Amino acid sequence: METREKILQLLEENARLSIDELAVMTGLDAGTVARTVAQLEADNVILGYSAAVNWEKTSLDPVTALIEVRVTPQRDQGFDHIARRIYRFPQVKSCYLMSGGFDLMVIVEDTSLKAVAQFVSEKIAPLDSVLSTQTHFILKKYKMNGLEFDVRNGDDREAVVL
Amino acid sequence: MNLESFLSQTARSIPASAIRRFFDMASEMKGQVISLSIGEPDFVTPWSIRDAGIYSLEQGHTHYSPNAGLLALREAICAYMKRRFQLSYDPRTETVVTVGGSEAIDLLVRSVINPGDEVIIPEPCFVAYKACVSLAGGVPVPVALRAEQDFKLKPEQLAEAITPRTKLLMLGYPNNPTGAVLSKDEVIALAQVLEDKPILVLSDELYAELTYSPSRHFSIAALPGMKDRTVVVNGFSKAFAMTGWRIGYACGPAPLIAAMNKIHQYAIMCSPSTSQEAAIEALRDPESLVSPMRDAYDQRRRLVVSACRHAGLPCFEPLGAFYVFPDIRVTGLSSNDFCEHFLREEKVAIVPGNAFGESGEGFVRISCAASVDNIREAMARLARFVERRRSHA
Repeated sequence: METREKILQLLEENARLSIDELAVMTGLDAGTVARTVAQLEADNVILGYSAAVNWEKTSLDPVTALIEVRVTPQRDQGFDHIARRIYRFPQVKSCYLMSGGFDLMVIVEDTSLKAVAQFVSEKIAPLDSVLSTQTHFILKKYKMNGLEFDVRNGDDREAVVL
Repeated sequence: MNLESFLSQTARSIPASAIRRFFDMASEMKGQVISLSIGEPDFVTPWSIRDAGIYSLEQGHTHYSPNAGLLALREAICAYMKRRFQLSYDPRTETVVTVGGSEAIDLLVRSVINPGDEVIIPEPCFVAYKACVSLAGGVPVPVALRAEQDFKLKPEQLAEAITPRTKLLMLGYPNNPTGAVLSKDEVIALAQVLEDKPILVLSDELYAELTYSPSRHFSIAALPGMKDRTVVVNGFSKAFAMTGWRIGYACGPAPLIAAMNKIHQYAIMCSPSTSQEAAIEALRDPESLVSPMRDAYDQRRRLVVSACRHAGLPCFEPLGAFYVFPDIRVTGLSSNDFCEHFLREEKVAIVPGNAFGESGEGFVRISCAASVDNIREAMARLARFVERRRSHA
């Protein structure tokens, strides 16, 4: 695997690894790792570093909905223009162009069911090129970005095994 | 009634472990300590394998299998051995599925050792070799391997240990606890020593999948002339994180495997059917299951080696298995004292090197089968501990 990809894999799993730790773990020197990471950030390959949070265990418990949006692509712009108009709203956490029965999959997070419904009916549905929307609320999260929500912490192996 | 007096000479002859006290202490503190003392993967068995085990139970496959193991599994094992290590065996006559690699070791020793026969055991090594030999009435002949020789068995040492009573050589590479591996040339040099002598080899290759670039495991059985006197022991525990399933196997010359199978049949009957069906799934696409775990061990091993050296402990670079075996003599402590104090003062469990043979004295075994966060924290505590001890010494 290339240097860049090795570093990216490690950071995707644990963004808190230091440059020195990355260097040791990949067998590269720290200067190379620092330069590579800086370049990856500059090139927008690394878009940010964030924590994976289970909000259900907090006093904030936002509502998440998947919204299937059917749209008419625009001349010269394809789907990109309408997608941008939608994903620029801060409530939109993810936005994907899809194959199949609808065009855009929009993942919206807001404080309440009502707020999401309102956002869809006031901001998305009225857009000229939007033909229809269908909103699905998430009831329970089991796994997200490769992380399971019900992980057991701690080591239940025996104390010493030779 | 004094039940002690009922115990056989054999049972009495097995010494209680020299580091029993340390084990007890570590067990008592379980849950409050970071444990880098465990010889098993921290990964849970990959889901596809667990799913196959569950499916097997759902189907009601809860009966005995053939003694030597399901033929489909033996065929899968032989195909894998051929593909991965260039070793060809007949699934019907040269392969037996066992309850972990440990049973296979015991079976071979019991199949070939008469009272008084000598078995050469390079140390430090897996703890069961010596005990299995003693239980069979054999005489363990330890050969002390040193850090200066990268814990590799040298041809001269092997030649020197051989006597007319030598019957078997225990060759455990990639090695637990040192992480040493043997290159093809080194294996050839050992084979040359054995060439004209009537000595069998037990090649314990449990960690064969876990070697780190640039090294790659080479089996002594792949050498012409060695295959018909070598039994290769391997298993699913380490490579596939399947320790609790208790499933391993041995491949070797038909007469030896037949004898092993006979003992296996009376002592064990067969390995668990559920585990056998799960193992078939593991061999369907082994590389895709093993490689993410291998990469993780590789990264952690680098972290631990680097941390030990920074802490001032000389450390041989392990190229296989998932252990690091640093030299702790600069602290002026014995292996046992080092581990006891480290456990008590810094709440990290590691294993004294002398648990693996006398030549392990002065060393400790640190397992890399733990999360990066735990390793990171444990290594910070190690640096602190060594610093404190060195200023004492």
